[in-house]
Amino acid sequence: MESLESICDRLRAALPGVDVQIVPNPAIPAQPSLVVARDQALAVARWLRDDPALRLDYCANVTGVDWPETVFQEKVRVRRVVDGTEREVEETVEHRRPGHLEAVYHLYSMRLGHGPLILRQRTGNRAEDARVTSLTPVWRSAEFQEREAYDLFGIVFTGHPDLRRILMWDEFQDFPMRKDYVEPDDYEYEPTPHDEVLTKARRHYPTGGTSA
Amino acid sequence: MSPPGPDERLLLDSLSTGDVAPEPAAVPSAPPLPPPPPPPAGPAYEVRPRARPLLPGEPDEWLEVSVGPHHPSTHGVFRMDVVLEGERVRRLKPVFGYLHRNHEKLGEQTSYLGSIPYTDRLDYFCSLTNNWAYVQTVEKLAGITVPERAEYIRILAAELTRILNHLCLIGFLTHDMGTMGTPLMYAFREREKVLDLFEALTGARMMCNYFRFGGCRCDLPPGWLDGVRRFVDELPRFLDEFEALLSTNEILLARTVGIGVLPPDLAINAGVTGPMLRASGVNYDVRKVDRYGLYDRFRFRVPLGEHGDTYDRYMVRLLEIRESREILLQVLRDLPGGPVLNPQVKQRGLRPKPGEAYARIEAPKGELGFYLISDGGPQPYRYRVRPPSFVNLTILEDLCLGHTLADAVVILGSVDIVMGEVDR
Repeated sequence: MESLESICDRLRAALPGVDVQIVPNPAIPAQPSLVVARDQALAVARWLRDDPALRLDYCANVTGVDWPETVFQEKVRVRRVVDGTEREVEETVEHRRPGHLEAVYHLYSMRLGHGPLILRQRTGNRAEDARVTSLTPVWRSAEFQEREAYDLFGIVFTGHPDLRRILMWDEFQDFPMRKDYVEPDDYEYEPTPHDEVLTKARRHYPTGGTSA
Repeated sequence: MSPPGPDERLLLDSLSTGDVAPEPAAVPSAPPLPPPPPPPAGPAYEVRPRARPLLPGEPDEWLEVSVGPHHPSTHGVFRMDVVLEGERVRRLKPVFGYLHRNHEKLGEQTSYLGSIPYTDRLDYFCSLTNNWAYVQTVEKLAGITVPERAEYIRILAAELTRILNHLCLIGFLTHDMGTMGTPLMYAFREREKVLDLFEALTGARMMCNYFRFGGCRCDLPPGWLDGVRRFVDELPRFLDEFEALLSTNEILLARTVGIGVLPPDLAINAGVTGPMLRASGVNYDVRKVDRYGLYDRFRFRVPLGEHGDTYDRYMVRLLEIRESREILLQVLRDLPGGPVLNPQVKQRGLRPKPGEAYARIEAPKGELGFYLISDGGPQPYRYRVRPPSFVNLTILEDLCLGHTLADAVVILGSVDIVMGEVDR
């Protein structure tokens, strides 16, 4: 398969004004990926599928990744004037990476037998703007996998034909694959009359009483 | 619903009473009977209103049936919400998640090594290929090499697993058609031989937990290869018998030919992989495309179907068993000596450099991929399983539409799902 840089160049020529960037992968297999702006993802996906040199007709894997907001520190050496003389001083700089969720697509070509090309979309934040474009209209194989990413990560895929929970039950509230997910103490907790009696008793005996 | 018949009272009036003597004249003052009420315009019974609104194009007589989750034909805890018109399937929604234990979260909370036994439980028929897919991804992420002998042993184990899985699948498929277990028990008899081999090799029959980063956990026990050779030698006789019993069987042909046709374009677009894809005539086998392991050293053919119906899915699996046997013969011929584990690899406390990797293998059910992101810590930052049977379920509705509910059961059987992998 051609290099990601040349794919990017051809993509920019074919779809003017498209916002794609390459994310390097420092690991040993070095599979870099392509980040595409979420409102242009559908056009980019169609182009990737239909381009005669790429023909990425097979979307193998769709998944989400959670990146909570992190602050990481870096030590840098800067030249400062200290006590009248200019010296090199070590300083700590704080970087802040805003939290977001990512939808990752692994694309292959069955006709031409190459791949993978890794496509990413990023959401705005993790709370109310967790929204990316569904690529199910382009690749049907994303249908259940995007539902799973919605179910476990809370990524909302706009344009998905049937976005419901798929593994957790419909009444479930939270998104369990998020990094800050806290398990409930009891998954099957249901309030009973006993609880009301207990709170009433606590009101009567604020210090504990006999039952404590 | 039958058309409204003539009023019963009118019928009774016209019948003879059977009395010989004419009836006494009625009291003249009695008023004549009022005319009978007109027959009701609608059906004679009351149609129960539905809980959900009708879908566009859905007539009022369609019936919604929930098949499963505890139905023997659903291969585990799996449910199909089917809308039927008479006996024909008009809508079908698969519902699952009953076995969900968030395998991916567990993988993010344990060390790299600690996840290997968990992968056994994904597709519990094929634990060795699950091991391989995961171990291969970690090896790719951390740049680990595998000794030659270990690669051969991996292929040996994986092809035995493929034979085992396909045999069981054919057994279950015929069971779904109502053979009441005879071919299934024949298949299980062969499976038992493979499981005995696995037990001798790994210590466990199903949850093998055998592969390690950079090789296999232990070398082959003495005499084990003779057992494999015996199994491989006896297999054709069994397969011929099995095929003579099934492949031209009238009932099997009637239930599978032309049922659940999957066109190749839809199969590619829907990400269907494995024997199901190849039954539709798409030549895509990860063993041939990626040439992972040492598969480029072996000569084997990839069986392809022509029509993509249930019979082709059955036949492709039978042929794949024979091709797997060819690979096994070549492995037995060429198996080199040497170590089975790369001694430089740190198994415990493995910390790959930050980055990510996606690797996949041709598992018996299709493409099994793992996607790992490392942040340099002892646990993966992201651990994702790409399960083949989960993705293959996407087009279940397309396959079943227009067929009878009994055929939907057979089609589901030919998709080859294992809930441990679908629900994770």
